[in-house]
Amino acid sequence: MSNVLVLAEQLEGKLKKSSLHALAAGQQIAARSGGKVIALVLGKGVGDAAAELAVHGPGEVWVADDAQVEHALAETWSKAIEKAVKDSAAAYVVSAAGSQGKDILPRVAARLGAGMASEVLGFGGEGAAITFKRPMWAGAVTAEVEITTPLKLLTIRSTEFPASVKVDAAAPVQAFALPDLGTPKTRFVEFRQVKSARPELTEARVVVSGGRGTKGDFKPIDALADELGAAVGASRAVVDAGWVPNDYQVGQTGKTVAPELYIALGISGAIQHIAGMKGSKVIVAVNKDADAPIFQIADYGLVGDLFQIAPELEAAIKAAK
Amino acid sequence: MKILCAVKRVEDPDQKIKVKPDGSGIVLDGMNYKPNPYDEIAVEEALRLKEKQGASEVVVVSIGGDDFVTELRHALAMGADRGILVKLSSPTDSDGAARLLAKVVEKEKPDLVICGRQAVDDDQAQTGQLLAEYLGWGQATFAAKFENLESAEEKSKTPGLQLAGDHVKVIREVDGGLELVDVELPAVVTTELRLNLPRYASLPGIMKAKRKPIEELTAESLGVDVTPKVKVLTLTSPPARKGGIKVPDVATLMEKLKNEAKVI
Amino acid sequence: MDFRLSPEQIALQETARKFAKEVMAPVAKGYDQTGEFPLSVIEQGFELGLMNMTLPVELGGLGLSHVDQALIIEEVAGGCAGISTSMIANDLALLPILIGGTDEQKERLVKPFSEKLRFASFGLTEPGAGSDVAGLATTAVRDGDHYVLNGSKMWITNGGVADQFTIFATVDRKAGRKGISCFVVEGRPEGLSSGHHEDKLGQRASNTVALTLENVRVPVANRIGEEGEGWSIAMATLDNSRPLTAMLAVGIGRAALEHSIAYAKERKQFGQPIAGFQAIQFMLADMATELHAARLLTYEAAAQLDHGQRNTLVSSYAKRLAADTAMKVCTDAVQIFGGYGYSKEYPVEKLFRDAKLIQIYEGTSQIQRIVIARELLKA
Repeated sequence: MSNVLVLAEQLEGKLKKSSLHALAAGQQIAARSGGKVIALVLGKGVGDAAAELAVHGPGEVWVADDAQVEHALAETWSKAIEKAVKDSAAAYVVSAAGSQGKDILPRVAARLGAGMASEVLGFGGEGAAITFKRPMWAGAVTAEVEITTPLKLLTIRSTEFPASVKVDAAAPVQAFALPDLGTPKTRFVEFRQVKSARPELTEARVVVSGGRGTKGDFKPIDALADELGAAVGASRAVVDAGWVPNDYQVGQTGKTVAPELYIALGISGAIQHIAGMKGSKVIVAVNKDADAPIFQIADYGLVGDLFQIAPELEAAIKAAK
Repeated sequence: MKILCAVKRVEDPDQKIKVKPDGSGIVLDGMNYKPNPYDEIAVEEALRLKEKQGASEVVVVSIGGDDFVTELRHALAMGADRGILVKLSSPTDSDGAARLLAKVVEKEKPDLVICGRQAVDDDQAQTGQLLAEYLGWGQATFAAKFENLESAEEKSKTPGLQLAGDHVKVIREVDGGLELVDVELPAVVTTELRLNLPRYASLPGIMKAKRKPIEELTAESLGVDVTPKVKVLTLTSPPARKGGIKVPDVATLMEKLKNEAKVI
Repeated sequence: MDFRLSPEQIALQETARKFAKEVMAPVAKGYDQTGEFPLSVIEQGFELGLMNMTLPVELGGLGLSHVDQALIIEEVAGGCAGISTSMIANDLALLPILIGGTDEQKERLVKPFSEKLRFASFGLTEPGAGSDVAGLATTAVRDGDHYVLNGSKMWITNGGVADQFTIFATVDRKAGRKGISCFVVEGRPEGLSSGHHEDKLGQRASNTVALTLENVRVPVANRIGEEGEGWSIAMATLDNSRPLTAMLAVGIGRAALEHSIAYAKERKQFGQPIAGFQAIQFMLADMATELHAARLLTYEAAAQLDHGQRNTLVSSYAKRLAADTAMKVCTDAVQIFGGYGYSKEYPVEKLFRDAKLIQIYEGTSQIQRIVIARELLKA
């Protein structure tokens, strides 16, 4: 029997959406390995998050609601997860490939001598012999990998797994006793949340991105994004030119996004940009140059000046509401 | 205060990566190589700590074949003091690299290890964290800074990491914002893109790097079994996105988005 | 014969390439439009060591070989030939001192240029003496421990910003080339004035002015070589600098070729990328072949300098072929781009304009042929 331990992500007591995608990935594994899914929630004031997880189909939810694990410090959390793995006889540990999972899971792997696959996109192999499909070279290649150790750890790319669905019966929620966590060498000092009315780039349903064609004027991009409740992205050229902050960058060396709708305005479509957004469900491209490579991957292309088209589109969306 | 940085040789991220027809690897014909961009940021940060906060020595380590010397020389040309090349006779994974680095750390006893958050070839983003655990050290992954890369702080090459006695303060880029942590030294830090803009190797730097020492070690001499825990079975090209259609105007676009794609 | 580059050469090339791509190229268009002097770019280039590369280590230089320098120039020329010309102008102005100067003169008149960014200009050409160097009319008259210089100079690169000038003047007009002597004017003394920045067809970022010398007093200590040695110093300087200008041409041509290849793959006509048409393929093939021939000739001309060989013949081959090839390659690039190639929206028209200058300055392509023929026939 190969149980699956899913590490939930929460922020200030609120369950992150990505946790439900990780749970779904865990359920897919459990269906093949014949084990059950145990969701682990660590933090302080996380009762609600645990309750929400419980109605999304795990076998059990284990909670350590404790000031010792208030902050997601890799040193302490990895010890807690190590104990949970042992207590649950888990053969798989799954987390979303967010900053928490990426930070913490490798330490768990080192503690338990396990192999780990990052940013898993899907599964292969036969029956209980599960292999993992994951991107390499910024998504230019999909590798199928085998983890040779008995315990296997993975982070999953949330956009590749549907969120687990809500069920009628809540799974039992039980307290998880933390081991001795020792004194961590890392101390949390403060968290500065990015106060943006816009959704986070990697979680947004719609992303509106601007490229060199904006010539640095992002007003039409911002206005369209606000009308759509979208996040704003940018091509590397624009970030390099210093026209927008670096964390706008979508692409190989920036963020990978896979929204339902990606609108590229004045972006020519360099390989490195496409690597970061080709997973989007629907891509719309607006560019003056009819031969721009972005049109080769766009579902809907519109040749024209973004300064004309963006406001038109904004008005059309407003009218459609 | 000694700083150790890990530098990996990777395929030029601006080049097109193609999978071999049999899926056993990527096409290497005509391939250019570069230092991993995140590792260049790590070296830059270490150099700034030396220039601005009194770190004494910057040592760069690479794990791979003979040709990895090129990337070590690049780091030396940027200003690092000396290099260590750990030669591999068979490929390894993040875990093998971390265990090799742990051995190098035992020998070198640095106060701080700075690694790129990930190598842009296998994109695992694990080595720094694995290393920290193997060493029993604290870690701060995804180091960035509050100021942006156009700021006066960046222009004056101010380090993002702040050394304070036997601690280092690190601003981490995490989902939803920035987190400030204080880590006891020795520690492992991994770098995010927005920590700094790495300097170019200057021409005088390149000429000086020729004479800087590079020590060669082997995985065998370090007593590390580098058999990977994660084995790559096959590579495939992800399904290419098919181009769609061109629409003549915004009205048609809206109609398609509403009724065909159903995303609005 | 080993055509492989050393690891250091690859690293030098890489730095130059990054600088060209990340620092020069993004601003090249702007400077081309305004003709403003690209000081901040040149400052960054200086910090990286992209100026005064071949100055000997004793004079604070890097002591790079001429082949190293050629490799670097090819890269920066692709970023912006105008800025590159301004960056290598010091080489041209300081070479006469390195070639004909005493150790004391090198220490005093060359070394300061490796310590801090300063500009020096090379003043040979005159309104009435272009290709006919021996006909120069600027005079130098001895007055005690000074010479008094009078005359005017044309097309002086960096002349508007320089604070040192290497001026060729005659001590005896009747003596022809035997009267030509070389002087270094320090600072911008009374009597030396520069005209407005010329509104040029190409290489517009490079500062180009006319100079007027009216009773400019130069100490005898600043005469390079003996009286009458100016001609041979100038010719030796041009032997040294021809590989540089040749490589500028190769760099411009390569940029045009790279743009052409990218565009030909992207641009679709008749339902396929135009790179699929043999008409385009043959153009690209010829462009690449001829550029590479020019590149190899230039390497040889530079290598001869490194080996202390006289390179007059090969450097003239190189300058002639590279300049003419760059012009042809850029013309073809404009053709491949079609209407877009003729538009300032696209990069190749600038390269086309920049390339033209190389057929003209530091010895026109016709003068190169004369030099070549003279070398061939002299035996």
